[in-house]
Amino acid sequence: MKKLAIRYLPIALIILFWEFASRAGLVSQDVLPAFSAVMVRLWELSAGGEMLVHVSASLLRISSGLGLGIIVGSALGFLLAASITAQRLIQPTLTFLYPLPKSALIPVIIIWLGFGNSAQIMVIFLGSLLPIVLGAYNGAKGVENTLVWSARSLGANAIETEYQVIIRAALPDLLAGIRVALALSFVLLISSEMVGAQQGMGFLVAFLGDGGDYAGMFAGAFVISAIGFAADRAYLALYHHLLRYREA
Amino acid sequence: MTNTKIKFENVEFTYIPPSGRPVRALERLSLDVAENEFVSIVGPSGCGKSTLLYLLGGFLPLEHGEITVDGRKVSKPGPDRGIVFQHFALFPWKTVRQNVLYGLERKKMDAAQRDELAQKYIDLVKLTGFEDSWPAQLSGGMKQRVAIARTLVTDPDVLLMDEPFGALDAQTRGILQEELLAIWGLTRKTVLFVTHDVHEAVLLSDRVIVMSARPGRIKSTVNIDLPRPRNSEVTRSQNFASYCDEIWGLVREEALVASGIKT
Ligand SMILES: Nc1ncnc2c1ncn2[C@@H]1O[C@H](COP(=O)(O)OP(=O)(O)OP(=O)(O)O)[C@@H](O)[C@H]1O
Ligand SMILES: [Mg+2]
Repeated sequence: MKKLAIRYLPIALIILFWEFASRAGLVSQDVLPAFSAVMVRLWELSAGGEMLVHVSASLLRISSGLGLGIIVGSALGFLLAASITAQRLIQPTLTFLYPLPKSALIPVIIIWLGFGNSAQIMVIFLGSLLPIVLGAYNGAKGVENTLVWSARSLGANAIETEYQVIIRAALPDLLAGIRVALALSFVLLISSEMVGAQQGMGFLVAFLGDGGDYAGMFAGAFVISAIGFAADRAYLALYHHLLRYREA
Repeated sequence: MTNTKIKFENVEFTYIPPSGRPVRALERLSLDVAENEFVSIVGPSGCGKSTLLYLLGGFLPLEHGEITVDGRKVSKPGPDRGIVFQHFALFPWKTVRQNVLYGLERKKMDAAQRDELAQKYIDLVKLTGFEDSWPAQLSGGMKQRVAIARTLVTDPDVLLMDEPFGALDAQTRGILQEELLAIWGLTRKTVLFVTHDVHEAVLLSDRVIVMSARPGRIKSTVNIDLPRPRNSEVTRSQNFASYCDEIWGLVREEALVASGIKT
C-alpha cells in the first residue's frame, strides 16, 4: 500500500500542479487546458461514441501491422539464422533498411497505397519487421551447440531440432524484439494517422488540435498513452508467463 | 577376446573458424574401445578431448580417417550414442520429467510406458519428488543427474561424457562418481569419459588414455587393474595411488609442453 502510494505520488503531484498552473493562469488555457477540462472532454468524446470509432480503427491497424510483422519477421529471422544462402540473399537489403528512419517512409507509402488502412498497416509492418528479425536471428544464432547436439543424439532429426529446440530456445530474444516492435508500432501508428487517415487516434488528435480544441486533443493523447501503457503491461505479463521457467 | 565397439582410425580434425587461423585439434589419432569398456581420456586443456567425443557423437564433420561403432561408420548423431556435457545442456523450458521424456517421444511405445520408464530413471538418479521442477530450480549436481537420466533412458549403447562432473563441487562430484559406478555396474555400457581429474579417471576406468598437447594424439595408455565392483574404498589402496602418480606424471609433461615451458 505504502509502496503504491510512493509510486503514484509524483503523477498525482504533476496533475495537481497542472490543474493549479492552468487555473491560476500561469500558462494560458489555450496552450494547456486544465486537467479537469481535459477529463470533461474525454468523457464527452467517449460517451458520444466518437472515441470508440477512432480507437478501434487504430487497434485494427496496429494489430494487423504488428501481427504481420511478427509472422514475417520471425520467419525471416529464423531462416537467416538457419541458412547461409538465405543470409546472403536477404541480409544486404536488411542492412540497407536498418538505419533508415521508418517514419521517413510514411509519405511515400501513402502515395503508393493511398488513404485506406493499408498505408498505416504497411508502415507499422515495415517498422516492426527489423527488431523482430533481429530478435529471432540473434536468439537462434545464440542457441548453444550442446543443446542442439543433445536433441540430435536423443533421436531428433534436423527439422525436429529446428522446431523443438532452436526456435524454442530463441524465444526470449524473439519476445524482447517484439516488445521493441510494439513500442515502435505505436509511434508509427500515430504519426502515419496524422497525415494520411480519416480515422484513428492520430487523426483525431491532429484534427482536434487543428480545430483549436486543445482539451479534446489532450484527451486524445491521454487515451493513446493509456492504450500504449496497457498494451505494454499486457505484453509483459505474457512475456513473464511464457518465460516462467527462467524465474525459478 | 572382447569385441571392438568403437574404432578411431587415423582421425584428424582441423577447426576452420570463419576468421582467424585454422586450428589443428587432432592428428592421426587411432583408438579401439572394447564393448562394455570404461575408458577415460585425460590430457592438457585444449588437446582435443572434446573434439574427439564430438566426432564420435557425429556433431562435427569428419574429413580424415574413420570412426566406426560396431563396424558402422559414424556420419551423424544418433540415439545409439548418448552424450552428457559439462554444463548439462538441459532444455530449460522443460521440467525434469519433460527433459527425461524427450528422447522417448520418438520411440514406439504408449504414453503410460514412457512415463513409467522416465520415472524409473528419475528414481535411479535420485530425483524422486523433483519431476515437475524446472532446471533453473535445481543445483548443479541435480541438473547433471537429470542430464544423465535423460541420456540413459533411451538406452544408448555408447555413453559419451565430457567432463560431466567438472562443474560440480568436490563432495557432489564424489557422490556422483560412486553413483555412476553403480549405474554402470547395472547397465553396462561402453563409456568414453573425458576428465581433467586423474583421481576420477582411475576410480572409474578400465583404461586411461593420456593425450598429448595439441594437436592431440595418444601419448600413452594405462590399464587400471583394480578389482570391480568398485567404490570409493578402492582409492585408499596402494595401487590406486601409484596409478594416479603415473598418470599425473604423464599429463604434467604434456601440460608443460602445452604451456610452452617444455618442447
Ligand atoms: N569451434 C572452434 N573453433 C576453432 N577452434 C576450436 C573450436 N573448438 C575448439 N577449438 C580448438 O581446438 C582445440 C581442441 O579443443 P577441445 O575443445 O577439443 O579441447 P579439450 O581437450 O576438450 O580442452 P578442455 O580440456 O579445455 O576442455 C583447442 O585448441 C581449441 O582452441
Ligand atoms: Mg573440452
